[in-house]
Amino acid sequence: MFKAPIFAALAAVFLPFAAGHATANEAVSHFTLENGMDVVVVEDHRAPVVQQMVWYRAGSADEPKGASGVAHFLEHLLFKATDKMDSGEFSATVAANGGRDNAFTSYDYTAYFQRVAADRLELMMRMESDRMRNIRLTPDNIRTERDVILEERNQRTENNPSALLNEQMNAAQYLNHRYGVPIIGWKHEMQTLDLDDALSFYETYYSPNNAILVVSGDVEPEEVRVLAEKYYGVIPANPDLPERLRTEEPPQNAERRLVFRDPRVAQPYVSRSYLAPERDPGEQEKAAALTILAEILGGGTTSFLAEKMQFDTQVATYTAAYYRGSSLDDTTFNFIVVPAEGVTLQQAEDALDAALADFTETGVDAEQLDRIKLQIRASQIYARDDADSVANRYGQALAMGMTVQDVQDWPNVLEAVTAQDIMQAAGEVLDRRASVTGWLMKAEAAQ
Amino acid sequence: MRLIFALILTALASLPARAEVDIQSVTSPGGLTAWLVEEPSIPFVALEIRFRGGASLDRPGKRGAVNLMTALLEEGAGDMDARAFARGAEVIAASYDFDASNDAVAISTRFLTENRAASVALLKAALQKPRFDEEAIERVRRQVLSIIQSDQKDPDDIASQTFNQIAYGDHPYGSSLNGTLESVAALTRDDLLAAHSDVLARDRIYIGAVGDITPEELGALVDDLLGDLPATGADMPRMAEVTIPPGVTVVDFATPQSVAIFGQKGIKQDDPDFFAATILNHVIGGGSFESRLMSEVREKRGLTYGVYSYLVPRDLAEVYMGNVSSANDRIAQAIAVIREEWDKAAAEGITSQELQDAKTYITGAYPLRFDGNGPIANILVGMQMIGLPIDYIPTRNDKVEAVTLEDVTRVAGELLDPEGLHFVVVGQPVGVESTGN
Repeated sequence: MFKAPIFAALAAVFLPFAAGHATANEAVSHFTLENGMDVVVVEDHRAPVVQQMVWYRAGSADEPKGASGVAHFLEHLLFKATDKMDSGEFSATVAANGGRDNAFTSYDYTAYFQRVAADRLELMMRMESDRMRNIRLTPDNIRTERDVILEERNQRTENNPSALLNEQMNAAQYLNHRYGVPIIGWKHEMQTLDLDDALSFYETYYSPNNAILVVSGDVEPEEVRVLAEKYYGVIPANPDLPERLRTEEPPQNAERRLVFRDPRVAQPYVSRSYLAPERDPGEQEKAAALTILAEILGGGTTSFLAEKMQFDTQVATYTAAYYRGSSLDDTTFNFIVVPAEGVTLQQAEDALDAALADFTETGVDAEQLDRIKLQIRASQIYARDDADSVANRYGQALAMGMTVQDVQDWPNVLEAVTAQDIMQAAGEVLDRRASVTGWLMKAEAAQ
Repeated sequence: MRLIFALILTALASLPARAEVDIQSVTSPGGLTAWLVEEPSIPFVALEIRFRGGASLDRPGKRGAVNLMTALLEEGAGDMDARAFARGAEVIAASYDFDASNDAVAISTRFLTENRAASVALLKAALQKPRFDEEAIERVRRQVLSIIQSDQKDPDDIASQTFNQIAYGDHPYGSSLNGTLESVAALTRDDLLAAHSDVLARDRIYIGAVGDITPEELGALVDDLLGDLPATGADMPRMAEVTIPPGVTVVDFATPQSVAIFGQKGIKQDDPDFFAATILNHVIGGGSFESRLMSEVREKRGLTYGVYSYLVPRDLAEVYMGNVSSANDRIAQAIAVIREEWDKAAAEGITSQELQDAKTYITGAYPLRFDGNGPIANILVGMQMIGLPIDYIPTRNDKVEAVTLEDVTRVAGELLDPEGLHFVVVGQPVGVESTGN
């Protein structure tokens, strides 16, 4: 039942599976403009509302060394002036039209969106296309907005021991890949971000051939095509767009462990992470098996870990497993165990490893697998009630180099997963020797 | 070019999207009222049920009982233990969310048309035959205790609990509905049974349904689901007396960024001036990037990631609150700027341009709320609980449009209380001290 609040943020990042994997009966169209910009339209004519999203295939993992946080910093700066608009005018115009706008940055993408009455779509495209090429930043913008992102880091990370542990865990997990650097940036590098850092990232990555337009709601694909050609189609492609060449992780030969102590910790817990393969274009089978494995092991009251650690024994107050399949490069498979009162972190960790060993012996419960697949099918019905989340899924997948076909195949790939696939994936990924284990502890007393 | 945008804007602004929501009032054969929006295009129903009173009905000394009772509804019912219940929900792909607040216990569900009967049967067992097994009580009690411990070390929770204590004293609003470590540890199975019969009664039910179901089917469904609940529950809780003193309360907590919550007296939702106050708040700190607080504290000075103000009209009291977070050495400046803005708005009100912008935003944003069966079911219940008429939705924006600049100026003078604005600051703020209230 309860999710302890400390994990709310974590759960939001690792999207739960019940969020839906829709395709059946989805009204989705896709086309590409001549300059290379991808366009996806998700129709839902039940209410006169539209959402425009523009996704750039550029995130924190694309940042140059020493400038961590610049992708997110630039995201903030895109709300400042352009040749045609004053600083703040973009959002003010959206608001004055009764709309909402915002943006978000991840490891592999940066996205901007507006939700507004359907008849305002053209205005949104005019403004969004404008800031794809025409931002005009001042030194004053840099100074104040850098303070804002530092306060954002304070709020999200410095004030939150769980977030600080996560940051250290990621850094330990990724020895040689930028996923080890926090999206918001290391504080000392954020403090030095300047105009050149921001503009250099902008010039390199913000162009139509590196972007995906996703429009959802009360729109016709043809209408979107005409508007998209008018506003985005006229922007020339960037011929110098770099390939997304990322460094790879070396094989992990040694278990990594860390302990983070903080006087602000009220509830100690164990966090475990394993490097895991992600969804790849045309090759999603392994990721599908891992997605279902996470559900089987730690997806709630009926999961294997809950059974072993919360019901059969009362070692844990809370257990969970997460797997984030949507990623450009190697991702992670994670566990959280919150020990019950009087149980040490070592005992909790031992119980986790014992349960995982037990799972290797007993294998997949066929009935549980059936129930999970049933829910996958149902989630396709529920997803039709939320066109924006469907739009979000397409934007994210395309920003990771997947295709529309991959997104539409995904439910079928999940459906085809067998118990044997799941056990094989578990065997490959859940190798203690290639894991990172973190203990979040109170400062005052060792356990 | 900015001028062209402005022209387009004016032309479009006169035509905000309209929310087309056709609500029917359904009276079941057994006499329960439900509001329904039929939406047969997707084969499922979102059903929202609320019991007024919620955690404010905790009996004296039993703080946390309603919350624990609500959490246990899905932890075993009828002949099912917790895991059997969860498996039962998975097999029919239904979802049930049970949530206690200080104004209501809310049950949010969605279920497929093909599994409607089984979905209702499962929910009926949870509402009417919860088992409150000792094993489940202890397991969930441990989770609640863990949450209470975590809240005690979380600056946001410390700030809001401190503020609530100051504002509402010993009224239930003045304490966390989770209860305290002591009160939760002492709760017995009998306390949970008492909380169940206090809250889950027919005289305080509000129902909203949206989706693939007819009025006749819904009438029969609610009778089947809720008809056997007791007719009456506990007396409704008393109104809270809001006593917010002026000044500052600092709670020392070693963390780099101070969290501040501020507040003063509020305004009731059924007050004729509520829309004028809504517009005023939108301009001051109502959540958009353009609010005065965001502009002054964040955009111009970079003192925070976010600063907001909000009217909080609840069943038993109303306050006007806000929050901001800034590094310990910058929070004093953030507070000073907020106080200046409070002064300025109280003295001068807002400009006619701000009034116009706020109206276009508030009227234009209204239809965006109706985005899906679940959110609409929520709105239907909310409307019933605050006593709005069933034909309210198409008239709401006219009420916003009718507010004049004089209205807002007058309400700003009456509502805003710069002297009475109290700040609770959690952290190690530099240059901010408690005023000793």
